[in-house]
Amino acid sequence: MKDMRTPLNKVRGLGSAKEGTDHFWKQHVTAFANVFLICFFVIMVISMQGSSHDDVIETLRNPLVSIVLLLVILSGVYHMKLGMQVIIEDYIHSDGLKFLSLMANTFFCAFIGFGCIFAVLKIGFGG
Amino acid sequence: MSNADLRGNRPLSPHLQIYKPILTMVMSILHRITGAALYFGTILLAWWLIAAAAGPDYFDFVNDLYGSILGRLVLFGFTWALVHHMLGGLRHLVWAMGKGFGKEAREWMAKATIIGSVSLTLILWIIGYVVG
Repeated sequence: MKDMRTPLNKVRGLGSAKEGTDHFWKQHVTAFANVFLICFFVIMVISMQGSSHDDVIETLRNPLVSIVLLLVILSGVYHMKLGMQVIIEDYIHSDGLKFLSLMANTFFCAFIGFGCIFAVLKIGFGG
Repeated sequence: MSNADLRGNRPLSPHLQIYKPILTMVMSILHRITGAALYFGTILLAWWLIAAAAGPDYFDFVNDLYGSILGRLVLFGFTWALVHHMLGGLRHLVWAMGKGFGKEAREWMAKATIIGSVSLTLILWIIGYVVG
């Protein structure tokens, strides 16, 4: 016997969606992180107002700025992926369209996320 | 109930158009709308970062676009959506802790969200213009 847990114990707390509070929890953890990360981001953008390309690169090249910016992107994109998923699940009821929308949501977020990450890394590594 | 209309014209629970709009409800709707707007607004962020990575010429092109009247208007809306969604989110974090459900608390938080988001956005843009 590999698993000592009873069948009831395995499903307890998971609810009808079989995921428990996983979605809710991740949405709130990323929300909490975003409060600080987005504040940093907004202050950074305001301080760069009207800067030349050289100055912007100079700022973004700072490892600390790069790292926090990557966190902004990761936490933000994950948060918005979860959020848009709820909107889709609330308003789109036909199975096929819901399936396609949920997939498009994932692809859009992946594209935005990896696009931003690539740009930050390219600047950070001096390319 | 053999002749019950199972598919079509069954009575539905009342939706938005039935209720008088109240502040907490409007804030809830705005939270979702600003969230969805920010979702597509990330295209602007990605474009800006990729332009910075692409080189000075392309960066200047995007910078000029964002600095135009229309660009500034969009970015101003973006800022408001961001601040509003963040303040609305703080409200949700308070609720997630099991607090702030009383009549006074939720009314107070709804007012603080809209007043806070508009004034913070204005303050941020004034600072932006002073710095820039």
